[in-house]
Amino acid sequence: MSFLPFAVAAWLFVIGLWGVVSSQNLVRTVLCLIVTQSATYVLLLGIGYRAAGKAPIVADIPVVNTLVDPTVQVLVLTDIVIEATVVALLLALVVQAHKRFGSVDPAELRIMRG
Amino acid sequence: MSRRVRLGLFLLAGPGLAAVLVLGFRGLPAFGDYHGVYGRIVDNFALSARHATDFVTALNFDIRAFDTLGEEYILFAAAAGVALVLRGLREEGEGPHPAPPQQHGFAGASDALRSLALLLPPLLVGLGGYVVLHGALTPGGGFQGGVVLAAGPLGALVTGRYLAFKRIAPHSAVEALEALGAWAYAMLGLGGLVFASRYLQNYLPLGIPTHLLSGGFMPLNSIAVGLEVSGAFLLVWTEFLDQALISGRGDRS
Repeated sequence: MSFLPFAVAAWLFVIGLWGVVSSQNLVRTVLCLIVTQSATYVLLLGIGYRAAGKAPIVADIPVVNTLVDPTVQVLVLTDIVIEATVVALLLALVVQAHKRFGSVDPAELRIMRG
Repeated sequence: MSRRVRLGLFLLAGPGLAAVLVLGFRGLPAFGDYHGVYGRIVDNFALSARHATDFVTALNFDIRAFDTLGEEYILFAAAAGVALVLRGLREEGEGPHPAPPQQHGFAGASDALRSLALLLPPLLVGLGGYVVLHGALTPGGGFQGGVVLAAGPLGALVTGRYLAFKRIAPHSAVEALEALGAWAYAMLGLGGLVFASRYLQNYLPLGIPTHLLSGGFMPLNSIAVGLEVSGAFLLVWTEFLDQALISGRGDRS
C-alpha cells in the first residue's frame, strides 16, 4: 500500500505520454500533456509526505507535531498556476495552427513554413 | 510526422522508458518514510526565524523568494505569449482592439442571474484579497489569491455579457496590472539589496506571529504576485474571449 502514490504517479505519466503520442487532435495533445504533468504533482507530494505528518501550517496547531515537507508543496502550488497560463499559450498556438493549416490533426502539420 | 511513425517511435523507446521508470521508482523511499533534510529545517525554523505560521508561504515568498521571481516571470512570459500569438492572428498588430458587438449570449437572462452577476465580482475580489493578504498566516498567498481575484470580473460573465466583463476589467488595465505585479516583485527584491545587502533578503520588521502584518516583506511579495497572477489570467481570458466572440465570427479560412 505504501507504494500506491508512486504507482499512481507512474501511471499518470505513462498514460499522459501515450495520449500525447497517439493523439490525432492538438487540443487532446495539450490536455494529455496536463495529465503527464500532474504525475509530477503526485510524485512530489508523495515524496514530501511524512508518516502521520500534519500540514505545515501552524496557525492553530502546536509546532512540535510532525509536519510534512513544505518545499514540495511550494513547487506544486506555483506550478499549478503557471501551468494554466502555459497551457493557454499552447492552446493559442493550436488556434494559430488551425488558422494556418485548417486542421488540428498533428499529422497534417508536416509542412512547417514560417 | 504521421501518427504511424510516432507510434512506432514510442514503441521503440517504450522499453527504455519503462526501464528508467522502474529503476527510478525502486530507488524511492517508502511512502511516508521521509528522509529529506531541507523540509525538516524549514519546519523547525520558519516560525522562530520568519514569524510566519504558513511555512509554505514562508518558503514561497521569503526563503525561496528568488525561485518565485523566476516562476513569476514564466507566468509573465506565457501570458505575453498568448497575447502575441492571438493578436497576430487578428492581423492588427499592436493596434486597438476592435469595437465589440453590442450583444452577446442570451439576452433573456433571468433576474436571479443578473443579480448573481452583480453580486459575484465584489464577493470574489474580497475573498481573493483576503487569501492574498493572509498568506503568511493561513493557507493562501499570492498565487492562490491571484486566481480568485481574477475570477471576480469573470463572475460578470454568468449572464453571458462580455461587455460587462470588459467594463470591469478593461484591456489596458489588465495589461497594466500584470506589468505592475512583475515590476513590484522585482523592486521588492531590490529593496533587499539596499537594506540588507542581498537581493530578495527579508528586510522589513518581522512583527508578531499570527498578526496580519507579520513575516516581514512576505505580505508585500504576496500582493505583488497576486497582482501579477490575476493580471496574467485576465489577460489570457480577454485574449481568448476576444478571439472567440469578436474576431472568430467571420470565417477567414
